[in-house]
Amino acid sequence: MGSFGHYLATHFDTLKAEFWYLFVGGVANGLLYAMVAVGYTLVYGVLRLINFAHSEIFMSGGFAGYFVLRAMVGSTVPAGFMSVLIIVLGIAAAGTAGAAAATLVERVAYRPLRRRRAPQLAYLISAIGASYFLFNLAGKEFGHLSVGDPQPYINHTVFTIFGAPVLMYDLIILVVSVVMFVALDWLVGRTRLGRGIRSVAQDAETASLMGVNIDRTIAITFIVGGALGGVAGFLYGLNIGVVYNMGFVPALKAFTAAVLGGIGNLRGAVLGGLLLGIVENLCVVFVQAAYIDVVAFGILVLVLLVRPTGILGERLGRTA
Amino acid sequence: MLEVSDAVVRYGAITALHGISFEVNEGEIVTLLGANGAGKSTTLRMVSGLQAPVSGSITFQGRDISHTRAHDFAKLGVSHVPEGRRIFPQMSVEENLEMGAFRRRGSIGEDLERIYETFPILKERRKQLGSNLSGGEQQMLAIGRALMSQPTLLLLDEPSMGLAPMIVDTIFRIIGEIRAAGTTVLLVEQNAAHALRLADRGYVLENGRIALSGPAAELLVDPRVRAVYLGEDVEAGA
Repeated sequence: MGSFGHYLATHFDTLKAEFWYLFVGGVANGLLYAMVAVGYTLVYGVLRLINFAHSEIFMSGGFAGYFVLRAMVGSTVPAGFMSVLIIVLGIAAAGTAGAAAATLVERVAYRPLRRRRAPQLAYLISAIGASYFLFNLAGKEFGHLSVGDPQPYINHTVFTIFGAPVLMYDLIILVVSVVMFVALDWLVGRTRLGRGIRSVAQDAETASLMGVNIDRTIAITFIVGGALGGVAGFLYGLNIGVVYNMGFVPALKAFTAAVLGGIGNLRGAVLGGLLLGIVENLCVVFVQAAYIDVVAFGILVLVLLVRPTGILGERLGRTA
Repeated sequence: MLEVSDAVVRYGAITALHGISFEVNEGEIVTLLGANGAGKSTTLRMVSGLQAPVSGSITFQGRDISHTRAHDFAKLGVSHVPEGRRIFPQMSVEENLEMGAFRRRGSIGEDLERIYETFPILKERRKQLGSNLSGGEQQMLAIGRALMSQPTLLLLDEPSMGLAPMIVDTIFRIIGEIRAAGTTVLLVEQNAAHALRLADRGYVLENGRIALSGPAAELLVDPRVRAVYLGEDVEAGA
C-alpha cells in the first residue's frame, strides 16, 4: 500500500507540473475527435446507423489535403498570407473529398439497402465492407507507407497558457473546428435544411408527410458529416502525415467520443470529443503512452456498461 | 376530387386492402368507418403516398397520384394528420407548425396567426416542446400543422383517439369549421356516431373491403352499422 501511495504521489506531482502542457495537447486532439464524432452522430440521428466507413472519409480528407500541400508548398516553409491560403485550400479540398467519399458510401453501401428495407445487421456489414474496400483501394493507389505532409506554416509557439506553449498547429485546429461547430449548430438549429434534418431524425415518416424529401435529407446529412470528417483528416495529417489506414484508430476514438457524449446529440459529440482527448492525454502521466488507446477504448466499454445513452443522451432533435 | 378505384395494398404477404373503390367530392366530409385492422389507416396511408398500391388507381383533381411519393403530396394540396398525431417531440409547438409549411415559399406569419386563433392554447404553449403537450393539445397541433400547408384535402386519422369527450367535441367542431372554410375532409374514425353526425357520406370497411356505403344520415340508422359500430343490440330489439 505504501508503495502504491508513493506511486500516486509522485505521479500526481508530475500531473501538476505537466497539466497545462498535456491539457493543450488534449484539447487539440479532442477537437479533432469532435469533428469526426459529429459525423457519426449526424448519420446516426437520421439513419440509426453507425457509419463504420467514416474512418475512410477521414482518410480521404487527409489525402486530398496532402495533395494540395504537395502541389503548393515549395522548398521553403511558406509564411504569412501564403500559409493561410494553402491551409484554406487544403481545408476546401479535404472537405470536398470527405463529402464526396461520404456521398459515395451512402449511395453504394446504404441507399440500396434502404430501398430493400434490409435489417440493421446488413447495414453494419455493408459499412465494414465499404470501409475495407476504401482503405485497401487507398493502400493500392497511394502505397502502404506513411508520408509526412509538407509543412505549410511555421509551427512556432503563438502564446502560452500557464507556461504551456500553444503552437500554431493547436491554434489552427481551434479556429477551424470552432468555426465549423458554430456553422453546424446554426445550420442544424436555425435553417430550413436543419429543420428537415431534425424532423427526419425525430420521425422520418411524418417528416415526409410534411414534404421533407427523406433521401435528399439523408444525402445532405452525409455531405455535412463527411465534410467535417474530411477536414479533420487533413488537420490530423498536418501533424502525423497520411497513410491508407490512418483513419482507423482516430475514427474509433471519435466513435467513442460520440457514444460518450450521447450518440445522436451534436453538442454531446463535441463535449465527448473534448473530454476523451483531454482525459487520454492526462493519462500519459499514469500509464505508458502505449496504453493510451487502451484507456480510450476502456472508456468506451465503461460508458456502454454504465450509461449507454452517454452524457447528454440522444437528442439530435432539440439542440441539434 | 379524389377517386380511388380497385386499389390493392399489400404488406409483404399480407393483403391489407383487397381492391377498394371510393370517392371524395369537393367540399365534402367523408368518413371511413371500420373495426381495428379493417384497413382504414392503410387507406389513408395509401392516399398520401406512404404506402403505394400494388394495383388500382388513385386520382386527385384529375391527376394519377398512385405513384407520387409522400413528400410531394404537400405540394399537391393533400395533408395527412397521421394516426397517433406524430408530433415532432423535440421541436417546439411553433417549430412543429413551421414543419407543416415546409414546402411553402414566402411568409407564413398570417397562417400561423390563424392557427393560433383557432387553437388559442397552442399560442400559449408555442415555445414548449411537442412532447410536453397533453393528448388533446397534440391533436390540435397535429391538425394545425396539417393546415399550415394550405391543403385542399385533409386526411384525418382517428382524431378523437384517447381524448376526453369534451375535447372530442371541440375537435369535431373544428373539423366542421375547416370544411366550412373550404377544405375537403376524409375522416377515419372509431367513434362512428360522432363521425356520421358530422360527415356527408360514409364508407364502412371490413377486412380490407368496402362493406357498406351511403349518405351519413342513412348509415347512422342502418341496423348493421348500429349493431357493430354504435354498440346497439339489434336482435334484442333496441
